[in-house]
Amino acid sequence: MGRDELNVTLASLAQGRLSRRQFLHGTGVALGTAALAACGQTATPTSTEPVAVGSLLDATGPINIYGTPLIDATKFAIDDINSKGGVLSRQLKLTSFDTQSTNDKYVQYANQLMLETKAAVIMGGITSASREAIRPAIDRNKQLYFYNEQYEGGVCDKFVFCTGVVPSQQLSTLVGWTMTNVGKTVYTLAADYNYGHISSDWVKFYLSQGGGQLLGVDFIPLDVSDFASTITKLQQRKPAAVMSLLVGGNHIAFYRQFAAAGLQDKMKIVSPTFGLGNEQVVLAPNESKGITVSYPYYQELTNSTNQKWVSDWHTRYGSGYPYITDSANAGWVGWHLWALAVNKAGSLDRDKVIKALESGLSFDAPEGTVRLDPKSHHLTHNVNIAQTNANHGFDIIQTFNAISPDPQGQCDLIGNPDQHTQFTPSLS
Amino acid sequence: MHLDQVVAIVVSVLGSVATLLIVSLGLAVIFGLMRVINLAHGEFLMLGAYAALTATRIGVNIWVSILLAGVSVGIFGLVVERLLIRHLYGRILDTMLATWGLSLVLVQAVTLIFGPSTNGIGTPLGSLHVGSYSFSQYSLVLIFAAAAMLTIVFWVFTRTSYGVMARAAVQNPSMAQALGINTARTNMVTFALGSSLAGLAGGLLAPTAGVVPSLGQAFIAQSFMTVIVGGPGVITGTSAASGVLGGSYNLVSYFTTPFIGQAALLVIAIVLLRLMPQGLSGNWRRQL
Repeated sequence: MGRDELNVTLASLAQGRLSRRQFLHGTGVALGTAALAACGQTATPTSTEPVAVGSLLDATGPINIYGTPLIDATKFAIDDINSKGGVLSRQLKLTSFDTQSTNDKYVQYANQLMLETKAAVIMGGITSASREAIRPAIDRNKQLYFYNEQYEGGVCDKFVFCTGVVPSQQLSTLVGWTMTNVGKTVYTLAADYNYGHISSDWVKFYLSQGGGQLLGVDFIPLDVSDFASTITKLQQRKPAAVMSLLVGGNHIAFYRQFAAAGLQDKMKIVSPTFGLGNEQVVLAPNESKGITVSYPYYQELTNSTNQKWVSDWHTRYGSGYPYITDSANAGWVGWHLWALAVNKAGSLDRDKVIKALESGLSFDAPEGTVRLDPKSHHLTHNVNIAQTNANHGFDIIQTFNAISPDPQGQCDLIGNPDQHTQFTPSLS
Repeated sequence: MHLDQVVAIVVSVLGSVATLLIVSLGLAVIFGLMRVINLAHGEFLMLGAYAALTATRIGVNIWVSILLAGVSVGIFGLVVERLLIRHLYGRILDTMLATWGLSLVLVQAVTLIFGPSTNGIGTPLGSLHVGSYSFSQYSLVLIFAAAAMLTIVFWVFTRTSYGVMARAAVQNPSMAQALGINTARTNMVTFALGSSLAGLAGGLLAPTAGVVPSLGQAFIAQSFMTVIVGGPGVITGTSAASGVLGGSYNLVSYFTTPFIGQAALLVIAIVLLRLMPQGLSGNWRRQL
């Protein structure tokens, strides 16, 4: 308690949020503390107040298939950090909002977290559309923000840290693997918003680099669940592989209708999004048979950190938990990296925390050790190609170690901190 | 174009038409015939899907489960009519508000009971090969089911005494009452029948898609558009509209992309309503 406390109390009174009795009590304590501090002539005492942090994730609506595991990971990570002493010996106090799969809710709640909760850090956002909806407000308020989800890459922003895997790690490996092991002709199906559009450009980019051929791209609006025409078209074009950049609960219908039409024997589905919404749990094993994906994290990873993490997760959420997704791992990594950086900086001050995050921080995550790339604010990941198995999970086929998030070095936030942009592939 | 390709395209187009018809038929009865704007129609579909899901999970045969979906949502519709709708006949705005509220309640209730995550039923039957093309046998089931539902509804409303009474009760309630028809009861039965068709639609579509509480949102706009474009010939108009809209969506998607297919569907609906404000069946000589 101290002068800040008094200011907060006065501000609250001005906004009509406190009764007179609470005010008198509050000011009494605050004035008393201020007086004591003045008498002792000591520096500011160490606060034991909880640190407010914020989370924005979709618990309901069509995007909740991704939100649910991330929400569980967030609660788990906060409790884990708190049980180990919190940050700067203070506990974390999480304020979370259900953004209901609507982008305007994101903007509304992000503003609330920044202006009212005054969160030290905000983590969240699932679709790239939701992230881009709040990023202008994040930049305007100079708010520290973590985006913990696989995405189309390229965000280069001093206040933004992205712990998810990006195309230079995920699609470069998956497209390369496909051309070597499946065939050189690919047909892309992509969700019709910024993620699908930019990622399909990346697919084209990596295909042209490896001498592959793109037979076509179809953008599918998120509310489409009738894929009859798409399935006929795939049979006419006869690609060796179908690159699925499909997203959300409605698009699960594609995999089901693809299998029901008997296309599994004719072409192979490869995807950088399949599994993040636990599609392999919803679908029967024979419906998802042979679908090949590319992520840093799988529940099946055998390293000791992951084995302990999975067992703790099951203790907490029950052994019947569907499948712990790559996004859940990214969420866990995001919170822990931030906590590490705050403790290293010895302060909650935004610039000091960003400096600590940019100090080459690494963390022993369930996916393996990750290192935060100071220039791009993204992570160096190990990426594993894997295939669905009969137990609603994945079998790992091939591992690529320590892949850089920004191999072309486009983003340099150390040399040029004012780059508030997103890089996209140039296809000329 | 080879013969096998033509067959594949025809089956795929018929599949899209059948899907649209299946999801719209219940609304054609409730909105087209009874003039009740049921904004919870999508959620009735969703309840049907969850009913079929629950039944298959406890070991009921999938085909029986789909029928059970129709029966259970029909009973649910009956309860809704008694508690809510019957007080609001003729009050269009109030009905919209009440059924919209009902849709929100249903989505949240299902989320609380079944959780927010996606569930599913595997598609039954296998695939059928024609030349170098193949398609799901279940899409043939959908086409057959659409035709059967259409025939039965048409027969019920044109060839049975209940059907005549139900139409009379909606078209001229006071005259119907003067002739001794219990309009309150016929309306109740008609609403339950429409709900049951919606439930059946949900059950039929469950094995082709993921079952989520927000399932209804994907279908509500399409089904209203189909019924409105169909016009006053509730059954014939709705089937014609399903044919035009579903067919054009599928063909345009096939020759371009699904994005343009959706745009084409909307443009065609707008143009049709501009040229034929009464809907497709506005000038038809028809019974229903």
